[in-house]
Amino acid sequence: MNKFLDACCTECWHSVTNPCSMFVRCCIDGPLCHTDEECKTKIKSLNSKLNYESHNVPIIWIGMGTCGLASGAKKVAEEIKLELEKLNIAAQIEATGCIGFCAKEVIVDVKLPDGERISYYEITPKLVSKFIKKTIVDKEIFSEKLLGSHGKGNAEIPALKNIPFFKHQMKLVLDNCGIVDPISIDSYIARGGFRAFDKILTLMSPKDVVQEILDSGLRGRGGAGFPTGKKWEFAHKQKSEKKYVICNADEGDPGAFMDRSILESDPFKVIEGMIISAYAIGANEGYIYCRAEYPLAIERLDNAIKLCKEYGLLGQNILGSGFNLNLKIKKGAGAFVCGEETALIASIEGKRGMPRPRPPFPVVSGLFGKPTIINNVETFANISAIIVRGSNWFSSIGTNTSKGTKVFALSGKIENTGLVEVPMGMTLYDVVFNIGGGIPHRKKFKAVQIGGPSGGCLPESVIDTPVDYESLKAVGAMMGSGGFVVMDEDTCIVDVAKFFLTFIQSESCGKCVPCREGTKRMLEIVERIPQSYKSQENEIEELQRFKGIIYLNRLAKVIQDTSLCGLGQSAPNPVLSGLQYFREEYEEHLYERHCSSGVCKPLLTFTVDNSLCTGCGICIRKCSSEAIVGEKGKAHYVIEEKCIKCGMCVEACRFKAINVN
Amino acid sequence: MHNEIFLRYNKNDKSALIPLLQEVQDVYGYLPEDAINEVAEFVGSSVARIYGVATFYNMFRMTPLGANVIKVCRGTACHVKNSANLLFALEDSLKIKAGQTTRDKKFTLELVNCIGACSIAPVITVNEEYYGRIGVKDIPSIIKKYQGKPKVESKDEAANQKQEVVL
Repeated sequence: MNKFLDACCTECWHSVTNPCSMFVRCCIDGPLCHTDEECKTKIKSLNSKLNYESHNVPIIWIGMGTCGLASGAKKVAEEIKLELEKLNIAAQIEATGCIGFCAKEVIVDVKLPDGERISYYEITPKLVSKFIKKTIVDKEIFSEKLLGSHGKGNAEIPALKNIPFFKHQMKLVLDNCGIVDPISIDSYIARGGFRAFDKILTLMSPKDVVQEILDSGLRGRGGAGFPTGKKWEFAHKQKSEKKYVICNADEGDPGAFMDRSILESDPFKVIEGMIISAYAIGANEGYIYCRAEYPLAIERLDNAIKLCKEYGLLGQNILGSGFNLNLKIKKGAGAFVCGEETALIASIEGKRGMPRPRPPFPVVSGLFGKPTIINNVETFANISAIIVRGSNWFSSIGTNTSKGTKVFALSGKIENTGLVEVPMGMTLYDVVFNIGGGIPHRKKFKAVQIGGPSGGCLPESVIDTPVDYESLKAVGAMMGSGGFVVMDEDTCIVDVAKFFLTFIQSESCGKCVPCREGTKRMLEIVERIPQSYKSQENEIEELQRFKGIIYLNRLAKVIQDTSLCGLGQSAPNPVLSGLQYFREEYEEHLYERHCSSGVCKPLLTFTVDNSLCTGCGICIRKCSSEAIVGEKGKAHYVIEEKCIKCGMCVEACRFKAINVN
Repeated sequence: MHNEIFLRYNKNDKSALIPLLQEVQDVYGYLPEDAINEVAEFVGSSVARIYGVATFYNMFRMTPLGANVIKVCRGTACHVKNSANLLFALEDSLKIKAGQTTRDKKFTLELVNCIGACSIAPVITVNEEYYGRIGVKDIPSIIKKYQGKPKVESKDEAANQKQEVVL
């Protein structure tokens, strides 16, 4: 037996055309239909092989998610293969997903026969030969780049679960990420995969499943936080021959990459969640709407669906239960608004991705006019754990209104960038400082941006806010899909507001006036704030600027109240939260014409420090507007009237002789 | 001319429109006028509607691409880490604006909302290859690396290149 689909002996007969209802259980505890010690040993040894418990040669895992690949995992893998060949060592090389510690990629794990699985970080192609010699040849610890052990660890090797980054986390959704082989269904089954599906087919009616999800208190992880059970209940009650499930993997939110990582590292879990939801509402067709910018996620999903079909876990008469389900992948075409459910449906139908007014809600009339449920990737990834361990267990985690855990994508000015999963109710402080490791280069924390373009920037004063749907809303942000961008003193809040408005304005679908026109006007107002009109002597422009500011708040309220979909309704949030918490920074830009973060270029002046300038002339060559003059060997000078404030001279200067203020 | 692509879809199936356009773009690198006309006939919609859909989504292009496509991520995390400067440096050294192709057809510069590699921000990709945690100083060497590369002609080659990156 090399995979679970292989029969243990002639007694076993599971196949796609003639499915066995006990297939999943049999993979773990089998054989169930007959007693044969030899078959039992075969299944047991396959399980222990897939769980990497017994093996004769060392196993090397390489983190090959997008973050790993971008950090050079491919080159590291090639180098390791070459090195092993050179030394004539037999070893098993496994490509795995992302364990979440993206800041430390490329992460390579090594497990010697009868040893523990040890993780190492920042392995570069240059380090490989040293690394292999130490860990595999000498069978020692490569202590320079030691991260920790997946097992219990010892005095020398800390257990991974005890190091700060992982200690405060609680992994329900991400538990397989970076551990299992994302392209092997056997690996997933051996880790307890499809047990939830097996449980519902044998023990639960669709109504029971809906009730279980309802009791668990699970809420949509896509942003709005609508109770998942409620959605399923509505869809379940609809009488229709055809129903659909859709997995929303159109993670357009800039600064968020949870869905990508889950799909790349553990695609089967999402598919299992979709199968369960389809069973619960009585759907027989499903779509996964995934961003085209995630080629690796699409490839892994494609492979996962193919394997599920091969194993008889998707298709007709699944495991002999009479339940049918087919899944298809739809590639997005790059429109942020398609994350909105009605826009997403329009996009699958081949139309422009524009939202439509609700009601009717998609659970009543969705894809092709049929009842449809749409859930986020992370929501689906929660389902199997709830079914296996029960709703009581799940609802015991988190706060009163927000149950379970939430995955955040830490990025920006933070030490430990990566993917973290925390129980609801943890404070922002804990996420930023205890897990994230604080701000690099001893800079001061300024704000954390949660919820992407629909969320807000939260300052230090509210950093003790617990992470849950209601608390975040109360302080002017929102859960969103889980982007968590940390900003330090070098980040300008006005610039961030401008950035989000530019994004929203270009992504507005153009259907409703408040969003299409309103965000454009709002962007114009915010763009004027850092503009310098000094040289143009344009008084009218300056007056316009003040007039815009006066109306900014009112305009924001109108957009919030009158837009058609969530994109428009939440579009002013970055500006409003900025005005609420960073008013003095806006005022500094307006009245003092100064940007203390040094970001808003029109407000900056560039001068050369005569004592540091060596007159090398590199800045003169870099300057595209010929604003720097000076003789070779003598200190240069910046002509302010000509300077377009691009900052290229600062980047180019090797002596830090150009001052910005 | 696109018979192979059309074989995989049902005629007059309007929901096949976006996948069809995506496949056409995979072959040509953009959507040629002839192809749009053919697609319109195949799905049974007016050309205007196809044009409406194609221009709605960021992914579709109406002009041919350069040999190397540089995408600059403009996500929040990259923005906070000064991706605007990277963009400026690229525009400056290629002498084009975002969305344009150089005269010698060697480079196309594009913006992308978020590549999803925020943990290694700021990121740019060149032909699906990622460059993370870079600064303005790295730009000339990256451009130089692709300057001499011949134009990718057929889809097979492009596909091969993609696979290389994946594993």
